[in-house]
Amino acid sequence: MSGADKKFDVVGKARRRVDGRGKVVGQLRFADDLVLPRMLHCKLLRSPHPHAVVESVDVSRAEGHPGVHLVLTGEAFPVPYGIMPVSLDEHPLARERVRYVGDPVAAVVAKDEQSATEAIELIAVRYRPLPTIASPEEALANPEARIHDYGEQGNIHRNQAYEFGDVEGALAASDLVFEDLFFYEGNTHLPMEQQASLASVEGDGKLLLQSSTQNPHYLHRQLARVLQMPASQIRVIATPNGGGFGGKCDPGNHEFVVCKAALVLGRPVKISLTREEVFYQHRGRHPVLMKFRTGVSKDGKLTAMHLQTLLDGGAYGSHGPASTFYTGVLTPVTYQLPRFKFEACRVFTNKPACGPKRGHGTPQPRFGQEVQLDKIADKLDLDPAELRLGMVTEPGSLTASWLRVGTTGLAACIRSVVERSDWKAKHRKLPLGRGVGLACSTYMCGAGVAIYWNKMPHSAVQLLLDRSGQVTVYSGATEIGQGSDDVLAGLIAEALGIDTDAVRCITGDTGITPIDLGSYSSRVTIMMGNAALQAAGRVRDQLAAAAAEALDTLPERVVFSQGRVFAVDDAGKAMSFVEAVALAEAKFGTLSAVGSYTPPKPPGKYKGAGVGPSPAYSFSACVVETEVDPATGWIHVPKIWIAHDIGRALNPVLAKGQVIGGVYMGLGEALMEEQAFRRLPPKLSDALVHRNPSMLDYKSLTALDMPEVDVTLIEDPDPNCPYGAKEVGQGPLLPVMPALANAVYDAVGVRVDEVPVTPDKVLRALERKAKGEAARVGPEAFPEVPYPSPTFVLPPWENGDGDELKGADGKPVRRERRVATA
Amino acid sequence: MNAGVEKGVAKAVTLRRNVQIELQVNGEPTEVSFAPYKTLLELLREDLDLPGTKHGCELGECGACTVLLDGEPVLSCLVLAVECAGRSVETVEGLAQGTRLHALQAALTDLGGSQCGYCTPGMLMTAKALLEREPSPSRERIREAIAGNICRCTGYQQIVDAIESAARELRAGGETAR
Repeated sequence: MSGADKKFDVVGKARRRVDGRGKVVGQLRFADDLVLPRMLHCKLLRSPHPHAVVESVDVSRAEGHPGVHLVLTGEAFPVPYGIMPVSLDEHPLARERVRYVGDPVAAVVAKDEQSATEAIELIAVRYRPLPTIASPEEALANPEARIHDYGEQGNIHRNQAYEFGDVEGALAASDLVFEDLFFYEGNTHLPMEQQASLASVEGDGKLLLQSSTQNPHYLHRQLARVLQMPASQIRVIATPNGGGFGGKCDPGNHEFVVCKAALVLGRPVKISLTREEVFYQHRGRHPVLMKFRTGVSKDGKLTAMHLQTLLDGGAYGSHGPASTFYTGVLTPVTYQLPRFKFEACRVFTNKPACGPKRGHGTPQPRFGQEVQLDKIADKLDLDPAELRLGMVTEPGSLTASWLRVGTTGLAACIRSVVERSDWKAKHRKLPLGRGVGLACSTYMCGAGVAIYWNKMPHSAVQLLLDRSGQVTVYSGATEIGQGSDDVLAGLIAEALGIDTDAVRCITGDTGITPIDLGSYSSRVTIMMGNAALQAAGRVRDQLAAAAAEALDTLPERVVFSQGRVFAVDDAGKAMSFVEAVALAEAKFGTLSAVGSYTPPKPPGKYKGAGVGPSPAYSFSACVVETEVDPATGWIHVPKIWIAHDIGRALNPVLAKGQVIGGVYMGLGEALMEEQAFRRLPPKLSDALVHRNPSMLDYKSLTALDMPEVDVTLIEDPDPNCPYGAKEVGQGPLLPVMPALANAVYDAVGVRVDEVPVTPDKVLRALERKAKGEAARVGPEAFPEVPYPSPTFVLPPWENGDGDELKGADGKPVRRERRVATA
Repeated sequence: MNAGVEKGVAKAVTLRRNVQIELQVNGEPTEVSFAPYKTLLELLREDLDLPGTKHGCELGECGACTVLLDGEPVLSCLVLAVECAGRSVETVEGLAQGTRLHALQAALTDLGGSQCGYCTPGMLMTAKALLEREPSPSRERIREAIAGNICRCTGYQQIVDAIESAARELRAGGETAR
């Protein structure tokens, strides 16, 4: 499907995106722009306590408030939900327990937002506060009070351990072993659009939810579960998302609440979260503490790595089981690593739940890995670029953990940024206060396994053509701003030799469109795209057969290009695309086709091998230049160079925009973005609250802060991807944070082993350096975590078969857990 | 958010009687009646059927709700609607001439300056005000002008490219684009 030698009409050409016009004229309707007759408005009452028992909720005064139509409490929702089948731990409104400041307790539906806001203040809730778990260390030290009555033990939600080959043996035999601790603070998506949802009962009696969700399919399933209705009676329309970045992947409490209210009242009910509520809704980047023990040979080859991670999960499961895996599984994809072990633990704390944010679980270990490599290069006196070039993974190879690396352009990416940034003239050569740093990364082109276990396709596309020449394409994929509608239209147009103008996209509507799992894990271009090309190929065959008869040629000699259908060897034999459709409609009847896509089976067979495999991986390399003021610690970034292995750019304007946008978000994380919490003074309530839940206080880069970004797209088409196109939505964010930290080191000679890298940390490290102490700021200790005995799997090159080691009884052999002595 | 409200204190009764004003909206004389506590943002979205103007914070922090009031860019979430009596308001809906896009609109979408599109209306109005004041701003001036408009998708680079390109086109006399 790579079509490497094909000449393209649409693919690779800069075009106005198909949904572009609606956005600039203000006609695109986001969820909160929707209005229905008789519509009511909803507001949520949220807990002021981080952890408490809800003893009673008295709604009588709220119910009597003018304009109020309905008050709901936890009693309305006996059935729990959760995005992952193993973590069904949330209720739309708290029943017996609140677990973070902001946990919804009750809802008011009223004639307008003003009346609803007034009425929620009339609800009297009696809480009995429980001890607050504020940090992972507290969660490990305090198995009681237990935040949830499920999980591994105490307040440990998930605990995972995998070992691929004898890591301790390899470390012991290594020339050098580097041990480093890193911390990555949590941060949030901050989409410009606050979540909004509008529920209504349609004329046919069915429930309709129009909502700013990235995953209408998963939401649909959860609605059926919580509302105890057949899914066929529910329709979810994903409205265009005003930015997602992972924040609209989890089903939201508010989505269930407005559905229930609409069903009770028989009237449309809308909710729009305030910005402060969006901060508390969160589901963003996990704070992660990491410990890397990495063995290297003197000539700069990795021998083994032992990675330990500890995730602060917040109050609910969310995507946590997957997030926990992702702090380990993609680590070995970039460089040859003979043996690898990772232990990962996610704990519950009384803070808003963490979940997936752009890069899901992988930016944190990538930061640690890439900063540690910079230290390794420094110690071995090797150029960091050369060190990396000497060990990039081979195309088509397997990792120690049995992930199949498909095509890789990582080496080309490194060479590109080294050349374009004039790296060799700058690294360790710029005057004090100026520096450059380099880092690399990889990301999946879609998760190989669905969130709930099933054997069905991950994406399906339906095409409908008629004699007008109109091509309508239906897909469950969700437009969150990334350009998925444009990818869909572009691929169909290319395959049928027409303009994207002739393609109408109908997407993200569970009532009409075939299922696509959603806009997450950078899966849409690849999975929806492959399904679209299959459907287009089937229609094209019918068109070619009908056209061939009329043109007196063979179907395989029929060419589709620029709205024309003609014989390859005789341009005189030609007709318009519209004529070809009419002929095919006459010959075959109504023209329609479906296509679907299921990712290839992963090579690993061990339990847990389903997280990490992907049809393809994208790769990125990045150089950040910094100017650091040694007097203030202030970090200025004048320029960033990035190269991204995209396989093929379907629409270069959009692809470049995704790269720059990823760099922007990565630089914000690197320098300033923090979803951090503080305790209110005891005289207030001692509650654990968000430190900066507003767009003014939660710092993000403005146009003035953003440096120029030099983008190179490396195009080496991947055979598993539509016309060779890999992902670009998440990968380019990942190398920015470590490249920035490495550039700060190059500028002033101090290590900030922590994200964000802020001026106060730089100053503190400089002060330590001046005193002759270690020129570093970062975590000093890694707590004792009761990781389980690892699942042991032999790497491919140690005669492994991809399965975990089993004894004569067929049961997995658990190796004794060896605690490393530092 | 409503955290910390356990007291159940009764609030003063809000004055709910509508007020009526006249103003110019995208060049049209308009008469409208609305609840007096509403902001210009709410007036536009809820009472004038102009939801093209977006909200991102309703606290004057994000720039998404920027409109022009008597030609000056303002954050409509911070302007009380009753203050707009007799004044002129321009929104994103008034930018195109018929179906022909304003040069800023065409450039913004063609050059990648609008991804999810949510900050786009506010960005366009801020840019329009800039180019009316300064027909040929430097890139640095463009960055300064849009520094109060947060965009989470683009990293701003393609927005700056688009405003620069539209400025060139407007100077060359091309009022509108396709």
